[in-house]
Amino acid sequence: MTSHWCDFQNADVILHCGSNSAENHPVSAKWLNRAHERGAKWIVVDPRYTRTAELADIYCPIRSGTDIAFYGGLCNYIIEHDLWQHDYVLNYTNASYLLDPDYGFDPATGLYSGFDADSATYSNRSWHYQVESESHWDTAPGGAYAWAAAPGVPAFTPPTVEHPKRDMTLADPLCVWQQFKKHYSRYDLDTVCAICGMDKETLELVYATYAASGAPDKSGTILYALGQTQHTYGAQNTRAMCIVQLLLGNIGMAGGGVNALRGEPNVQGATDMGMMVNEHPAYLKWPNTTDRKSLRDWMESQTYADGYYTNKPKFLVSSLKEWWGEHATADNDYGYDWWPKVHAGGLADTIIPSFEMMEQGKIRGYFNWGMNPANSAPNTANVRQCMSNLDWLVVVDQVATESATFWKAPDMDPASIDTTVFLLPCALIFEKPGLILNSGRWIQYRHQAVEPWDEAKPDYEICDLLWREIRALYEAEGGANPAPVLNAKWDYYVDGKIDPRPVAWALNGYRVDGTDFARAEVDLCSGYGELAADGSTACAMWIYTGFWANSEAPLDPEKQACCRRGHEDPSGLGLYSNWSFSWPSNRRILYNRASADPAGRPWSADKVLVEWTGEAWKTFDQPDFVAAQGGVPVPPNDNAFFMLWEQNARLESYAMEDGPLPEHYEPFESPTDVNPLNGAFSSPCIRFADYPSTKRGTNEEYPIAATTYSVVEHWQTGGQTRMCPALIEAMPTQFIELSPELAAEKGIKAGDKVRVWNNRGSAVVDCVITHRFKPMTVNGKLTHLVGMTHHFGWAGVYATSESMVNDLTPNVGDPNTQVPEYKAFLVDIEKA
Amino acid sequence: MTLSRRGFFKATGAALAATMAYEVTAASPALAVEASGDWKLVNTEEYTNICCYCAGGCGSLCSVRDGELVNLEGDPDHPINEGGLCPKGAAMLQLRNVVDPATGAVSKNADRVTKPLVRRPGAADWEPISWHDAIKEIARKVKETRDATFVEVEDGLTVNRCEGIASLGGSQQNSEEEYLILKMMRSLGLVAIDNQARV
Repeated sequence: MTSHWCDFQNADVILHCGSNSAENHPVSAKWLNRAHERGAKWIVVDPRYTRTAELADIYCPIRSGTDIAFYGGLCNYIIEHDLWQHDYVLNYTNASYLLDPDYGFDPATGLYSGFDADSATYSNRSWHYQVESESHWDTAPGGAYAWAAAPGVPAFTPPTVEHPKRDMTLADPLCVWQQFKKHYSRYDLDTVCAICGMDKETLELVYATYAASGAPDKSGTILYALGQTQHTYGAQNTRAMCIVQLLLGNIGMAGGGVNALRGEPNVQGATDMGMMVNEHPAYLKWPNTTDRKSLRDWMESQTYADGYYTNKPKFLVSSLKEWWGEHATADNDYGYDWWPKVHAGGLADTIIPSFEMMEQGKIRGYFNWGMNPANSAPNTANVRQCMSNLDWLVVVDQVATESATFWKAPDMDPASIDTTVFLLPCALIFEKPGLILNSGRWIQYRHQAVEPWDEAKPDYEICDLLWREIRALYEAEGGANPAPVLNAKWDYYVDGKIDPRPVAWALNGYRVDGTDFARAEVDLCSGYGELAADGSTACAMWIYTGFWANSEAPLDPEKQACCRRGHEDPSGLGLYSNWSFSWPSNRRILYNRASADPAGRPWSADKVLVEWTGEAWKTFDQPDFVAAQGGVPVPPNDNAFFMLWEQNARLESYAMEDGPLPEHYEPFESPTDVNPLNGAFSSPCIRFADYPSTKRGTNEEYPIAATTYSVVEHWQTGGQTRMCPALIEAMPTQFIELSPELAAEKGIKAGDKVRVWNNRGSAVVDCVITHRFKPMTVNGKLTHLVGMTHHFGWAGVYATSESMVNDLTPNVGDPNTQVPEYKAFLVDIEKA
Repeated sequence: MTLSRRGFFKATGAALAATMAYEVTAASPALAVEASGDWKLVNTEEYTNICCYCAGGCGSLCSVRDGELVNLEGDPDHPINEGGLCPKGAAMLQLRNVVDPATGAVSKNADRVTKPLVRRPGAADWEPISWHDAIKEIARKVKETRDATFVEVEDGLTVNRCEGIASLGGSQQNSEEEYLILKMMRSLGLVAIDNQARV
C-alpha cells in the first residue's frame, strides 16, 4: 500500500476493482464506511455483486480479466474531458519526457517496438528517453558522492546521470504525454463496453464519478487485491491503476494512493524480506549470472544515477556484513560470491516452473513453510503428480495440509510414491514472540501469551535446530563447497537459546564496532541514513532501520518503536505516527511530497501532510523527499518521487517486461474470440503457456468464464479455518455461484451438486443460484460467468472435500511476476 | 480477587448490556469457552498480539490464566480495529482450544498436529518420530541432496548454487523467522525460493 488502512477515511472517491473488503478485509472496511458517511462516493467494479458492492453507491459488473480495457477507457475519458490534474502531471510525472524516436506500438500486431518473437520477450532499448545532457558523480573529497571512493567501499564506476529531454508544452509528438494520449484514444466507451461486458451508461457514471477525484483538492483511492494481480497481465493491471492515480493527482495525497489489500498476515514482511528467487531483502536484487555476476557488476547495474537509490551500495554492503559477519571483508567483496547466483532472467525457479523441475527430477527436496501448494498452486492435479517425484518433503505447519498428505489424495497410490515426508509441528502466533507487518507497512509486535502446546515449536527454533545440525555435518564431513554454510553468521542467541530479538537487531542494523551480540551489546542505527558502504555498518533490511533502535535496552521490545501504542494524531488524518513503526522511516503515506504543489502549498487545506512555509517544511508525516540537507531546509522542487532516478513518476515505463504502457490482452483462456483493440489477442509475453501440463481449453469446449474468490469464514487453503468448529459451522462447504439464466440452461436447481470441469481437472461442489452473477454481452456474444470458493480439500478432520477447485486453474503466469492466472479461465458445468 | 483493567471493563460491560456482541457469540456452544458462572476474565494476564489472517494487522488481546489461553478478543486500543475482529479473527482461540458443545469441556484442538510425524516411502500412513531423529534425518537429506546437485562454478563463474532443493513459504512466519529461513536457504545455495507473495 502507498497509504495505510486508517487513511481510507480521507478518500473522496473509493474504487474497488478486484477486491472485496467487506468479505476479505472486513475490519478495515470500517474506514471505508467512515469515508462514505462523510460523503465519499463508493464504486465497486467486479464480476460479481459482492458484499462490498452492497455497501457502495455504484456497482459496475466487469468480465473477469478485462481490467486494462476498463482503466484504459478511464484514461481516455479523463483526457477527453480534460479532467487530469495538469500541474501534477506536468511537474511530477514523466509526461514531458521525450521518448526514443524508435518507440512505437502497432495495434495491428499488438506489439511494442523491440519484440523478439523467438524468445517472446522485448528489448526495452526504444522505450527509454532521449538524453539532453549528461553529468557525473563528484566523488572527490568533499563532493556529494565522496563516500563512493572512500576506503573499504567496493570499487565501481558510478553511473552517468542522464538528463532527459523534456518538452514542458507537452506538444512534441514523441513526448510521453502525446504517445500516451494516442495509445488510449483507441479505448472509447463502446469498445470498452464490448470487451468488458459493461453497460455504457453505468460505465460513464463510474468514469465521471471517479475522475472527479482529479480536482486538485480531492483524493480518490483504488483498492485492489488478487482480482487484479492473478492474471497473465497482473503487473500491468497494477501499472494501469498507478497511471490513473497519477493522471488524477491522487498519489501522495491523504485518502489517495494505490492500495493492495494484502491477504496473508505477514506477506508484506515476506515481500520485504525478498523471499523470492530474484529478490534480495528490502527491494534490492539478488545476485545472478548476467548483470549481477560480481559485487562490482551489482553496484554498476543496480545503483541509480540520481534519487535515493544512489545509496544502494550502502544497503548491499551492510546486508553482506550482517550475513557473513567477520568473514565479510573488503578483500573478499564482503562475501558476495558465497551467495548463490540465480539463473539468467531469474524466473526459471519460481513456483510454477518448480513443479516442472520436480517432474524432471531436478528438484528432489522441498521445504513448505506454512504454505500449501498442493491446495493453493494452480493446476493442483499436476502439482500432486510432480511432488510424488520428490525424494523428500519437509512441511512445517500446524495441521496435516494437502501438501503434507499429497500421497493420500483420492487419486494417488501411496504404495507407488517413494517420497519421505516430514511434518514438523509449529507454534501458533500467540505461542511465540515476534514481528509482523501489515499491508500498510506497520511493523507490529506479537507478544507471547502461552507456551507452545505439546511438542510444537516456533519456526525460529525449528530453523535453528536444522541449521546447527546441517552445519555440524559440514564441519565434520566437508562436502560441496562448505564455505557459505560455515561462514554464515548465526549468532542470534540470548542466554544460549535461539531468540528473535538479536534477529531484530540484524534487521534494524547496527554499527559493527561497538556491537557484540554474545554480550547483548549492540550499537543500533537510528535511521538508514547512517548506513555505510565501507563495512562499518551491518543491516539485513535497510528499509526497517529505526524500528528497533534503542541501544539502551536492546532486549526489551517494549522500549522499541515497533511496540509504541500512542494515539496522538496532530494531523487529524489518522496517521497515528506514534503507534508502532511504519517503514520506511516511520512514513505513513508514501510519496507525500506530491500532496503539495510545486511551490510546496498543499493541494487540499484539509489534508496537509507537508507544507513549505517559505523558510522550512512543516511536516505531519515523515517527508518522502529531501526536506533538509545538513540541517538546512531544501526549498520545494519537482522531485516528488525520489525513489526513481528521474525523481518523477512514470506514466510510461521502460522497466516492464511486457510493454511500456498497459495494453488490453485476453486471458490465456478467454470466452471471446476477438480482441477489438489489437491483433495479439492474448499477451505476447505470457509465461509457461507452452507446458503440456497447462492443457489450454477453448471456448468451444468450455464456454463459461470462471473465477475464484474467498469467503469471510475461511482463509486460503483452509488449513487453519477448517480446524475451527465455529467457522465450519458458519461455512461448511465450497460452492459455485451461477446465474439463474445459466442454471436454467443447464437444468441445475438450488441444492444440486454441480460438476465443474475443464482439461485440467474436475470438481464437484455445492451450488448457489444467484442474481449476483448476470450473463453479459461480450463482443456481441452472450457470455456466462461463474465463481468458486477455494478453501477446501481432502486433508484435515472437519469439512473435507474430495474435490480441489485449483485442479481447474491454469499454471500460466505473468511475464513480470510469474503470478498465476487464477482469476480468469474456462470451464463447463453440469448437474452432478 | 484481582481484576485487570480489561477484566473490569468486561465485567461492567456484561452487567450493563447483556446484548453485547461478546455475550451473544459466547452463547454459541461452539464458542462457549468457559462454562463457569464467574466473570470470564477474572485473574487473567493480557498479552497483545496481531491477527493471523489477512494483512490488516488488527490487534488482539490474549487473556491467560494459569498459563492457559482462556480468551482472545479484539484490542480496543488498537487504532485499526478498535476492538473489532472478523469471524476468523474472533475464532483464533480455537486454533488451540475447542469446547465440547455437549459437556462444555475445554480440550486441545484435535486437528492440530503437535508431534513430529514422518511418512516413509510407499507407506499409507504417518508414523511418529522424535524431534531429535527428524532433525538428524532431514539434515542428512539436505546434505546429500545439496552435495549431489551443487554447482560451484558454471561457465567460469562462481555460482555456488544448490539446484536440487526448493523452499516455499514465509508469509505465515514472523519477520525474524523469515530472515532465518531465507538465510539458511540462501547459505545452502538455494535459488528456488518463493512464498505466498508470488501467488
